[in-house]
Amino acid sequence: MSVLSIEDLCVTYSTSTGDLRALRNVTLDVPRERIVGLVGESGCGKSTLINAILGLLAANGRIDHGRILFQGRNIAELSADELRAMRGPGIATVFQDPMGALNPVFRIGRQMINIQYRSKLSRAEKANRAAETLRSVRIPDAEAALKRYPHEFSGGMKQRIAIAMALMMKPAILIADEPTTALDATLEVATIELLQELQRDIGCSMLFISHHMGVIAELCDDVVVMYAGEVVESGTTRQVFLQPRHPYTRNLIRCDPARQHTRVRQLPTIPGDLPNLRSRPRGCIFAPRCEMRKEICEEPPPQDVSNGHMARCHLAVEH
Amino acid sequence: MLYYTLNRLALALVIVSVVMLLLFSMIYLIPGDPAAVALGPRATEAMREALRVKIGLDQPIWVQFWNFFTSAWTGDLGREVLSDRPVAAVVLEQLPFTMALIFSGVGWSVALGIPLGCWAAVKRNSLADHIVGVISVAVIAVPSFVVAIYALLLFAVTLRWLPAIGAGESGNFFDQLVHLILPSLAVGIGWVGYIARMVRASMLESMGAQHVRTARAFGLPESRIVYQYALKIAILPTITLLGVGIGQMLSSAVFAEIVFARPGVGKLVYDAILTRNYPLVTGTVLVTTVLFVLINLLADLIVGMLDPRVRSGL
Ligand SMILES: Nc1ncnc2c1ncn2[C@@H]1O[C@H](COP(=O)(O)OP(=O)(O)O)[C@@H](O)[C@H]1O
Ligand SMILES: [Mg+2]
Repeated sequence: MSVLSIEDLCVTYSTSTGDLRALRNVTLDVPRERIVGLVGESGCGKSTLINAILGLLAANGRIDHGRILFQGRNIAELSADELRAMRGPGIATVFQDPMGALNPVFRIGRQMINIQYRSKLSRAEKANRAAETLRSVRIPDAEAALKRYPHEFSGGMKQRIAIAMALMMKPAILIADEPTTALDATLEVATIELLQELQRDIGCSMLFISHHMGVIAELCDDVVVMYAGEVVESGTTRQVFLQPRHPYTRNLIRCDPARQHTRVRQLPTIPGDLPNLRSRPRGCIFAPRCEMRKEICEEPPPQDVSNGHMARCHLAVEH
Repeated sequence: MLYYTLNRLALALVIVSVVMLLLFSMIYLIPGDPAAVALGPRATEAMREALRVKIGLDQPIWVQFWNFFTSAWTGDLGREVLSDRPVAAVVLEQLPFTMALIFSGVGWSVALGIPLGCWAAVKRNSLADHIVGVISVAVIAVPSFVVAIYALLLFAVTLRWLPAIGAGESGNFFDQLVHLILPSLAVGIGWVGYIARMVRASMLESMGAQHVRTARAFGLPESRIVYQYALKIAILPTITLLGVGIGQMLSSAVFAEIVFARPGVGKLVYDAILTRNYPLVTGTVLVTTVLFVLINLLADLIVGMLDPRVRSGL
């Protein structure tokens, strides 16, 4: 059974200029002890998806279709207390921005002790656990670190503290929202290795979100590619990287900075912008930017699955 | 924290010195001869000249300023004209009444303003939020002396629940407290509105911050998130605002002390102006300025204690 499965999820934000359809029929599965990567350009709805999973959608957002199942239970049917019990020990999250993720006016130790409020340990034991976890993410002098405030740490350190906080929960699934985007390349590699190691130790599943194909290829077992709030391709990492079926995925792989073997003056990008999510076209959402666009693309694309490798495209390449 | 404290302290000293300079130039620029004013129309030129020499008006201006400056720092604010008592002693005698009035005013505004602001923020856009908003604007808009007069008429004259005038029997703490209720309400009620609005705005901001989402994602109880994580940040600008607000409350205190016939610095300065008792006027202004600067220093230090980023100069 999957730890987390999302079935046909649609999320809409109501705004003063009309409804913004942020997620359309998103389906994905995070099986036990697997790392699933979610890729997509910024603005394609990755954070919206996480907030929906946690039951923390902005007040103007709503789920208007589909289900989110955590360990087989529909989170829409959970009471506020059950939902709160799920956050942390069930689903732990590392957010995108390490700078703002910690409370600036409380010591790291206090914050790490506070999130253990469910445990029956004494305060001193909780502090020990916190220090231990900080050591496991290689924060030097962990006891002293507990007495310091967030602004006394660098971005990379703060991100590791955020990871430590999530891991201290021993969650069933760890969600990491672009945990490396704010870091430089060396720190990025170190953070990825750390996550990989810790995931093995704890034996949790992981939903790893990034817009960086190289990182996903490095870390993940399965990949889900999102574009403008839709899943356009999904499969195992080997399938998606070696035999991409959707033109968008091929573009993403081609544009990944890590794949540029020779120095280029300008990194290649996919021409065009994300479509307006307030008025979605009837046909393929990627068509306006697709170099393979044909007349048939004006029609809604089929979901084509072969060997568990899905692509939502009229022109999906067969392998 | 040490560096931050010294820094604030130095700033406070500079401000007090600048105020002294301003006060001194004001006295100097007031038209008319202080000696003539002090002695009245029937004094002879010789008597006036003698007084000028006595209080140093024959000296060059910078010597006069230096004398004023150094004696003020040592607590010598000169002697008042009517009774010839030291100004410092007269002001210090009245100061506790005004301090009690202002701190009770702050008490009202904090005790009512902070919970109302939090409540409005948590229930944003609800009926409760709108009601708090309307009340806030209303109490801000009504001048404190109007509140003072109406409160006096309603609670003291018509209903006779509370005493109308005076500061209460000396030594009887309860009586003094009862006498404080109406005047302090008059001084503090407008600030209930300011603080409620300020707390609401900064609570909304801190409730929307990333770290609040992190706290929620760890399943922390909502009450702890609101009253610990968000409020500790939201309270900071309010403390600074209150420090500044003390200045405005000092001027409301003048009205309150007159309307309720309470002793205090406001009443003192009012009477001093009516009788042209200039040394008493400047002395009172100087003492209240120092008080104001000290309270702001205290506000800065509290903010520094609560916010580690401020301490380390970020
Ligand atoms: N609270 C909100 N109200 C209205 N629109 C929103 C809100 N949050 C996000 N959006 C919009 O939803 C889309 C997806 O945003 P987001 O989930 O943050 O994308 P990503 O994390 O992939 O960058 C964007 O177009 C964004 O502008
Ligand atoms: Mg995002």
